[in-house]
Amino acid sequence: MAQQSASRDTFAKYLLLNAERFRGRPAMRHKDYGIWQSWTWEEQRDEVRAFALGLRGLGLGRGDKVAIVGSNRPRLYWSFAAVQSLGGVPVPVYADSVAEEMAYVLNHAEVRFAVVEDQEQVDKLLSIGAEVPSLSTIVYDEKRGLRDYDEAQLHAYEDLRAAGMARLADDPQAGAAWLESVEAGRGADLGIMLYTSGTTGRPKGVMLSNDNLVKSALNGNAFDKLGPDENTIAYLPLAWVGDHLFSYAQSYTAGFCVSCPESAETVNEDRREIAPTYFFAPPRVFESMLTTIMVRMEDAGRVKKAMFDHFLAHARRVGEPLLNGERIGLWDRIVYALGEFLVYGPLKNRVGLSRLRVGYTAGEAIGPELFSFYRSIGLNLKQLYGQTEATVYITQQPDGHIRADTVGLPSPEVEIRIADNGEVLYRSPGVFMGYYKNDEATASTKTADGWVHTGDAGFFDEDGQLKIIDRAKDVGKLSTGALFAPKYVENALKFFPDIKEAVAFGHGRDFCAAFVNIDLQAVGNWAERNNIAYASYQELAGHPRVREIIAGHVRETNRRLAAEPMMAGSQVRRFLILHKELDADDGELTRTQKVRRSYIAERYGELIEALYDGSTEKYVETQVTYEDGRKGMIRATVEIIDAETFGEPAEPIREAAE
Amino acid sequence: MNPRPDPAQLAAPDDGIAAGQVLLEVKNVSLAFGGVKAITDVSFDVVKGEIRAIIGPNGAGKTSMLNVINGFYTPQQGTIVFRGRQRRAMKPHEAVGQGIARTFQNVALFKGMSTLDNIMAGRSVMMKAGIGWQLLWHGRALAEEIAHRQTVEEIIDFLEIQHIRHTPVGKLPYGLQKRVELGRALAMEPSLLLLDEPMAGMNLEEKEDMSRFIIDVNQQRGTTIALIEHDMGVVMDLSDRVVVLDYGKKIADGTPDEVKNDQAVIDAYLGVPH
Repeated sequence: MAQQSASRDTFAKYLLLNAERFRGRPAMRHKDYGIWQSWTWEEQRDEVRAFALGLRGLGLGRGDKVAIVGSNRPRLYWSFAAVQSLGGVPVPVYADSVAEEMAYVLNHAEVRFAVVEDQEQVDKLLSIGAEVPSLSTIVYDEKRGLRDYDEAQLHAYEDLRAAGMARLADDPQAGAAWLESVEAGRGADLGIMLYTSGTTGRPKGVMLSNDNLVKSALNGNAFDKLGPDENTIAYLPLAWVGDHLFSYAQSYTAGFCVSCPESAETVNEDRREIAPTYFFAPPRVFESMLTTIMVRMEDAGRVKKAMFDHFLAHARRVGEPLLNGERIGLWDRIVYALGEFLVYGPLKNRVGLSRLRVGYTAGEAIGPELFSFYRSIGLNLKQLYGQTEATVYITQQPDGHIRADTVGLPSPEVEIRIADNGEVLYRSPGVFMGYYKNDEATASTKTADGWVHTGDAGFFDEDGQLKIIDRAKDVGKLSTGALFAPKYVENALKFFPDIKEAVAFGHGRDFCAAFVNIDLQAVGNWAERNNIAYASYQELAGHPRVREIIAGHVRETNRRLAAEPMMAGSQVRRFLILHKELDADDGELTRTQKVRRSYIAERYGELIEALYDGSTEKYVETQVTYEDGRKGMIRATVEIIDAETFGEPAEPIREAAE
Repeated sequence: MNPRPDPAQLAAPDDGIAAGQVLLEVKNVSLAFGGVKAITDVSFDVVKGEIRAIIGPNGAGKTSMLNVINGFYTPQQGTIVFRGRQRRAMKPHEAVGQGIARTFQNVALFKGMSTLDNIMAGRSVMMKAGIGWQLLWHGRALAEEIAHRQTVEEIIDFLEIQHIRHTPVGKLPYGLQKRVELGRALAMEPSLLLLDEPMAGMNLEEKEDMSRFIIDVNQQRGTTIALIEHDMGVVMDLSDRVVVLDYGKKIADGTPDEVKNDQAVIDAYLGVPH
C-alpha cells in the first residue's frame, strides 16, 4: 500500500484509488431525516465526478479559486475534491464571518465561484457581490427559501450534479476528459488556500500545496496508525486547517469514514451514535462535556454518587499510569476493571467516546486537571502543537508519553530549532508555499531555507518534549543572557489561588522581579477563618502574615522554575504585593483581563526601580479611577520582599538577594 | 444515494381547487351561546394559496370563528363551503379528513411524549392498518409506519427541530412547543391550516423564526393558511388579506393596507363608545 500511496500526490487521485481499493466501504455519512445516510467510496467518486462535470459546464478551469462556505456536510466536502479534480483551488471561508470580512477574503483570493450551504450564505454573498467583482457564480446546496431568487449567477448544487450526470451519460468523452484532468494534477500544485483569522491585521491566505497536505496526512496516519477502520465526526469549521486535515486529507489518504452531524445542535447526540475512534476537540469542548457530566451527577442518587466519587478517585490514582503502560498492582487493576464496568464505561458511552482510540486537543493550553480526568478514565487523549502554516503538525505526543504541560515530540519529518530569542522554528514537508499575494509577510515568516517562525517561544524539557512558554515577541533576556518569559513566570505564580495577578519584569535586568496582586476572595476567606480583620484590599495586602503566605508561594514557584534548566534563571528574586488591584478602569488590564505590561511598567516605574535598587520599602502615590469616573489618590508604603531562590548561582547578585 | 427531496415537491395534496379559486367560504354564519352572541352574520372567504388573517380586539369572536370552521362548534345559522362542499354541522375529525388542520392558542400537545411522537400522532388519521396489524408491528403496519416516519422526518427537517426529536415536549421552551404543534398540524398534510395565535407569548426572535416558517409553509408547500394574530406588525407583513371582527361582527375585509386605514378598524382598536 505504501508503494501505491507514493505515486499518489493529489486527493482526486486518492479518490480514484479508494474507489478501487475500498470498494463497498463507507467514505462518508450524514445524518439526514433522522437516519445515517452513507456513501461508499465509489459512490463518493461518482458524486465528486458529477459535480465536477457540472462545474466544468459552468466554465470552472485550472487555477480558478472557489470559495466554500457552510457547515460540515458531504456536498461541501465533495466540492473540495471536485474543484481540485479540475485543477481549481478551494478557499473555505468561515461560515459565521460577517459580510465585510467575507468580502475581504473573497476579494483578496479573487474567487470566481462560490459553493455555499443555504439561503443565509447566498444572501450574504449577494449583499457583497458589488465588492467582489471576480465572483461570477454561486452554487447553493439547500434550495429552501431560494425559490424566488432569479439571479442569473445562482445555481443549485442538485442541478449541477444532474447536469454532470447527464453529460456523463450523453458524452462518452466527458468521463475520460475528467480522468485526464485528475491525472494532470501535481503534488506541487496549489491545493487549497486557508485564511488565518489573525488577531491583528487582515487575514492572510495560507497557500498549501497538495504535497503539503498529502505528506502531512500520511505522516499523521502513520504516527497514530490510522487506517480505513477509523470513524470520525466532522464538526469543526471547514475553513480551519485542522478540520481540513482530519476530515478530508486523512480520510482520503487512510480511507476512513467521516460522519457529518445532522445540525450544529445535534453534534453531541450524533457523536454518541457514531462513537468516533479518532477525535479532535479544543479544550473548551472537553470542558463542556465534563461540566455536563458533573451537573448530571449532582442530581444523581446517593448510591450512584458515592460509586462515581469512589471510582473516579481510584481512576485519578491509577488510571493515567495504566494508560501509559506503567506497572500497576494486581488489586488496583481489578478495582479499575470494576470501575470500567460500573462507571468509566457508561461515562465514556455518555459522551460518545467509548470507542476512542486516539483523541487530540490543541489550540490553547488545556487545564491539567481536565486533561488528567479524561486520561484517567482510559481515554487516550493527547496534545499536539500545530499551525496552518505547518499543515497542522509541529509536535505531537506519542502514545504512552503524555504530559499535561508539554505539547510533545517533533512530529514525523519535522525539524525543530529554538532560536536565540527562544522562538520555535520548524521545517517540514508540511511547510506552506507562502501567503497569497503577500510576499512581505511570507519573507518575514519563512526563511529562504524553509524554516518557519512560529511566533511562539518554547524550549525542550529533559524528555525532549516541547514546552510552549509565551509569544516570542514578549520573551526577553536577562542581562546574564538567560531567557526571560514573563508569561510563564506569571502563570506559575497565578497557579496559586491566593495570587490573582502577577506582572514579571526582567528584560535587560540582572534578575527577575514581580508585582503580585492577591486574590481578595481567596485571601479574604483565609483572613476570616484566622480572625484577621481588614478594611480594604490595601490593608489586607499589606498584612505581614499575607506577605508570609505570598512569600511561600513565590518560594514554591522558584522551586518549580529551578527544576527546568531553561527557566531556572527566571526565578523571582524580589517581589512586592501591589497596594491596589490592577484594574481595567485604570488601563492596567485590557477589557479581557490581560495584563498591559508596558503601561504598568510606566505607571509604576518607581516601584520597579525600588525592586532593583535594593531598597526594602517605597512610598508611592497612585491615581485611581473609581467606577463612577471620579479620580482619587492612593498612598501607601509598599514593602519589597526578597524571595528564596534555588539552584546554582546564575549571577553574583544571588547573595544579596538571599 | 438518498437524494434530498426537493422542498418544492412537498406540496399540499391536490384538493381539486386551482390556485386563486375560493377554497373556503363562510356564509352568513351566526353563533350564540345562550344569550351571548359570539358571531353575528359573518361572511368571508379564503382563497387557495393565500395567507388570510383574522384579527380583532379581545372577545371579538376570532377563536370561535376558527372553531366553527374546523367543526368544533356548530353555528346556529349560515353555511360553510369547503372545497366546494356545503355543510353546517361537522365533527372535528371529519374536518381533518377533509383537509383542515389547526394549532391552538394554548399549546395542546402530549406533554409526556417526544417531539417525534407528537408529530407522528398527526399522521394517525392516515394510518390504514388495523389495530391488529399495529399490535403485531409487522407487515403492512411496519411498512406504513416507515412511510409516515419519512414524512414526519421531512417536517422535522423543515422546521429545524432535529435536536429535540427525542425530547419530551413538556421540557421544551414555549417557542419550540409552538413549532412542534405546527409540525403536528403539517403532518396531516392539510389543504387549509388554521393557526390560532401562533406567535402569542414569543420574543422577537422567536416571532421572526415562526414568521419565516409560516411563509415557507405557504410558499413551498402551497398550503393555504388562516391565522389569528394580535401582533399587528406580523399580520400586516404576513397576510395577503385580512378580515376584522369586532363584537362578533365583521367590520372590515381587505388587503392589509386597506384594513389599516379603515376608520371602523381604527375605532375598534382605539375604543369608541358603541
